[in-house]
Amino acid sequence: MSIKLGVPSKGRLMEKTFDWFGARGVQLSRTGSDREYAGAVEGVEGVELVLLSAGEIPRELAAGRIHLGVTGTDLVREKLGQWEQQVAELALLGFGHADLIIAVPGCWADVDTLDDLDAAASAFREAHGFRMRIATKYHRLVREFLRDNGVADYQLVDSQGATEGTIKNMTAEGVADITSTGDTLRANHLKILSDALVLKSQATLFKSRKAAMTDEERATMKALLRTLELDG
Amino acid sequence: MAQKSKIRARAAALAADFEAAGAVPVETPILLPADALLDLYGEDIRGRAYVTSDALRGEQMLRPDFTVPVVQMHMAHGAEPARYTYAGEVFRRQEDDPARANEYMQVGYEVFDRENPAASDAEVFAVMQDALKGVELRASTGDIGILAAAVAGLETTERRKRALARHIWRPRRFKALLDRFAGRSEVPASRAALLAADDPMAHGFTDIGLRSQAEVAARIEALREDAAAPPISPLQVELIEALLNVRETLPNALEHIRDLAVDMSAISGAARRLRERMEALDARGVDVESLEFEASYGRTSMEYYDGFVFGFYVPDRADLPAVATGGRYDALTQVLGQGREIPAVGGVIRPGVLVDLEDAA
Repeated sequence: MSIKLGVPSKGRLMEKTFDWFGARGVQLSRTGSDREYAGAVEGVEGVELVLLSAGEIPRELAAGRIHLGVTGTDLVREKLGQWEQQVAELALLGFGHADLIIAVPGCWADVDTLDDLDAAASAFREAHGFRMRIATKYHRLVREFLRDNGVADYQLVDSQGATEGTIKNMTAEGVADITSTGDTLRANHLKILSDALVLKSQATLFKSRKAAMTDEERATMKALLRTLELDG
Repeated sequence: MAQKSKIRARAAALAADFEAAGAVPVETPILLPADALLDLYGEDIRGRAYVTSDALRGEQMLRPDFTVPVVQMHMAHGAEPARYTYAGEVFRRQEDDPARANEYMQVGYEVFDRENPAASDAEVFAVMQDALKGVELRASTGDIGILAAAVAGLETTERRKRALARHIWRPRRFKALLDRFAGRSEVPASRAALLAADDPMAHGFTDIGLRSQAEVAARIEALREDAAAPPISPLQVELIEALLNVRETLPNALEHIRDLAVDMSAISGAARRLRERMEALDARGVDVESLEFEASYGRTSMEYYDGFVFGFYVPDRADLPAVATGGRYDALTQVLGQGREIPAVGGVIRPGVLVDLEDAA
């Protein structure tokens, strides 16, 4: 059997991950056609590359179906309860930087802080008869953050994509989303609250604490981590 | 599961005690429409309750407590006065602590009665205490109504009082607001700049979304008014803080609160109700001399208790959940009553915790 390494199956995150491993003497590559999700590993024996959606990697790690996985800190913390007991952070990979922030329309001249957001939410509920809606896919992280900061009279509405557009479409009043440069937010006439950084995220190599290993696999893991110059 | 049948038997025995005390047994659905609970508790309930849905009825919640469905049932077709008991499972998400149960039994006793609130408070507490006889427990009590009265009596703007009252259940935000209204914390730079701006509405952004520019302008006006209002006096802040720190036996706490009421006349009504409750508890045979009272008790629980609050705990076992909790929730009946209201007080016991204790003994 082999050690299974989960890597995002698409785009820049996959390419950068391949580069990061390549620079440390482990060559990852896709095999077969462009559309086939199969991969190869050179430089260490007994490691299998599994190409997955970045969003599924936390779940696969927690289930022990992969031994190692590359994904964002944001996804691990959102999807896994008590994440530290399910996975261990082995290395921050230095790319895929993104901040989970809360943004509101720029035309809300009166709102810059969480304190403002809370007061505006109270007035909004009185005026409109329902709680101020914040669109996000990071329900757990945002709810915990807003609870810890004593914000009331809001509700989270689910948005799995094009979240910045929800405000213009009148399906939300604010958004909580990942941003790296803020360009998309600005293009959608939004501004970031000054004290609402929910989480700083980057691509991270995680090790599953739940995946069983044979002696042989344990030796493979050791060899791989030595090649990558990491403590396992 | 042998354990589960044991807990059921214990629950049935408690429910029988409550029936003997005059309560009518009632049943509620396990799946509750999510909107009423969401509107009431806000987003916090999603972190605590399991939500499911179907295409016909939309979002449903697995019963996170009995209070809401029992109040809804009473407001729809209950006669007054009424006493109810129920026993069944409640479901709570536990995403941070696997040791905490996500499904457990509750047995409750609820009183809907206009006549004598002090007597009803004492009745619920005493009925719970009797049902728990023989188990060594520590009782804590409090009264959210005293703090609410103190806030309502502050010599400051109505808007500030409303803001503080809204956050009674969020102690951190409450303190931050009190500090700001008292001029004890700095005005955030962005707020200062906003207030100094000649025309803050000339922001250059496209107007989008449901919250209108009129609403934005109205809040800026409110912020200007607030900036012009004098700070809450140091004496008043000290009195509120002294009140929040009251933690003594009930008779001593009452003395202390009456002393505070000399300078804070707004709480004298609430202090009188505290005395009446103490007398009613005494008349019910509760040992009030050693009963703990904590003015801040119950502030971090879900925000529907607005008067008397209590809990029974296993001494020196902070790892265990409360064996019983309860309190008064007059405002909740107003919210769920669609124009009607009735004073209400109730409590629940967790038979599972009792069975665990007895097994360990």
